[in-house]
Amino acid sequence: MRNRKLVNYSKYGYIFSIPFVVAFLIFSLYPVIYTTVIGFTDLKGLGITTFKFQEDPFTNFKTIISNATFKIALKNTVIIWIGNFIPQIGIALLLTAWYTDNRTKIKGKGVFKVLFYLPNIITSATIAILFSTLFGYPMGPMNDVLKTLGFIKEPFYFMNDKKIAKGLVMFIQFWMWYGYTMVTLVSGVIGIDPAIFEAAEIDGASRTQTFFFITIPCIRTIMLFTLVTSMIGGLNMFDIPKLLVNASGPDNSTLTTSVFIYNQAFSGSYMYARAAAASMMMFVVIVILSCVIFYILRDKDEEQLAKLRKAERKAERKAMAGGM
Amino acid sequence: MASDLRTKQRASIGLKICIYVVSILLAVLSIFPFWVMFCNCTRSTNEIQEHAVSFLPSVYLMDNFKVYEGKDFNPFVGFVNSMIISVFSTGLAVYFSSLTAYALTAYEWKLRKPFFSFIMGVMMIPGQVTLIGFYQMVYKLGFTNNLLMLILPSIAAPMMVFFMRQYLQGALSMEIVQSARIDGAGEFRIFNQIVLPIMKPAIATQAIFTFVSSWNRLFEPLVLLTSKDKYTMPVMVSLLKGDIYKTEYGAVYLGLSMTVLPLIIIYLSLSRYIVSGVALGGVKG
Repeated sequence: MRNRKLVNYSKYGYIFSIPFVVAFLIFSLYPVIYTTVIGFTDLKGLGITTFKFQEDPFTNFKTIISNATFKIALKNTVIIWIGNFIPQIGIALLLTAWYTDNRTKIKGKGVFKVLFYLPNIITSATIAILFSTLFGYPMGPMNDVLKTLGFIKEPFYFMNDKKIAKGLVMFIQFWMWYGYTMVTLVSGVIGIDPAIFEAAEIDGASRTQTFFFITIPCIRTIMLFTLVTSMIGGLNMFDIPKLLVNASGPDNSTLTTSVFIYNQAFSGSYMYARAAAASMMMFVVIVILSCVIFYILRDKDEEQLAKLRKAERKAERKAMAGGM
Repeated sequence: MASDLRTKQRASIGLKICIYVVSILLAVLSIFPFWVMFCNCTRSTNEIQEHAVSFLPSVYLMDNFKVYEGKDFNPFVGFVNSMIISVFSTGLAVYFSSLTAYALTAYEWKLRKPFFSFIMGVMMIPGQVTLIGFYQMVYKLGFTNNLLMLILPSIAAPMMVFFMRQYLQGALSMEIVQSARIDGAGEFRIFNQIVLPIMKPAIATQAIFTFVSSWNRLFEPLVLLTSKDKYTMPVMVSLLKGDIYKTEYGAVYLGLSMTVLPLIIIYLSLSRYIVSGVALGGVKG
């Protein structure tokens, strides 16, 4: 009786999933396949949609891999990501340690959190242009401040300096994301059983010891999750590097892979096929990283249950065999 | 013993001062760029050229605004387009993600587990890497400059399905659903009238995030929209980078301010929910 009922309702599981599946097939899966196909063709030129396959199917991929600009873009993307992630996780961890310590009561934590998170919700296109104006030449606010304080005599052309342009992209990324990371980590620490901290305090553990030997191991999963999501976001960095400096910075110093793909496909000679090939290479990297997330987030309870069930069945079978 | 305690206390006060100094510095860092921007949008270009940093506003707001006359940058068109895209995207994403999450929680069906694994697998794939194919598809259909192409994809939002499912697993009791069934309610009606209200807290936080991220999106609109009356706010903003505005500092600051102001108002009035919403997502991770 009960079984029949379940079978009866199960069709709604399929029905309710239809909109998601249809939208996914049209707007995600089809573009993935189409991008892959384009990667093997000679598609280029504005408004052109016809193409033929390359004689050597991997021509575009070979061109991209040996392309010096792509190599620079890839290197920049990795450097900018690392240069923003290390200070980001560092500051976030430090603030987390301070804000979750029961022994030091800090007032105004809520206000600080709200302010630290603020840059994250502002349009990054706006932030890029705002910073390029703030660091403008010859009369930007930054030049004004430095001149008034007497650090420099002549206005400095910040965006013409390779290191400063790259450093500024890193700083903006850090500035936009450390608040998010901190809020995430703090919530992870709040989820830890307070009894553990009490026990540590009674055992005479110092603040530093408590943080390194209790807090960090307890929020390991969340930190790993932050790392991988930040890495995927970092690989797709587009808005800030695209708009902060005109034309990818001095000597391509702020050119990222996303900007490279955009420039290939939607400017100059509209090299769709080449851009598609570069996209697919990034896609593969992201799929691998997604698998890592998938592994971190897998349903541990259900997995445990499945294991138990399997063991039970095995035991049963063994018992049966023994009985016979 | 007593002196030991005192040194400990002194160390504690030192730590506290250190915490406040760092926190206040970071807070200033968060506010300062926006403060300069809001002040400069009311100052004339001459004033800005003399001293680019001022903590006091001036009176040239309307003059700065007049600079836009006859130029491409039109904040109102951008605002309306962004509003249309963000509101409809958010509505669709929230409704259909809840529906999918409900299908994954309430019903026993054969493909349920593979489907959920699949959703988790594709959760992180950003639209950017498939944009070439998407652009070609839209171009072939003749739908570039059609806002629907930026709205409809949000029906399939794997990340949100994941969060909604996590929430439903804790919040939904099948007894309520069963009793509604006994009362003769259809499955679809049960979802709309019983399950959706239960999900309100999760919907609220997810809606805010989807709205903001949809409002801020640059890459897809930049590629798909070529006609100026379809531009969204971020695309409009990117016009301010152009040479026409190079000497009109006040106008550039004003344009930036206009894009930031709605977001800051939303954020400050909903900050408590937003910050706890981030926390919610994190714990689940």
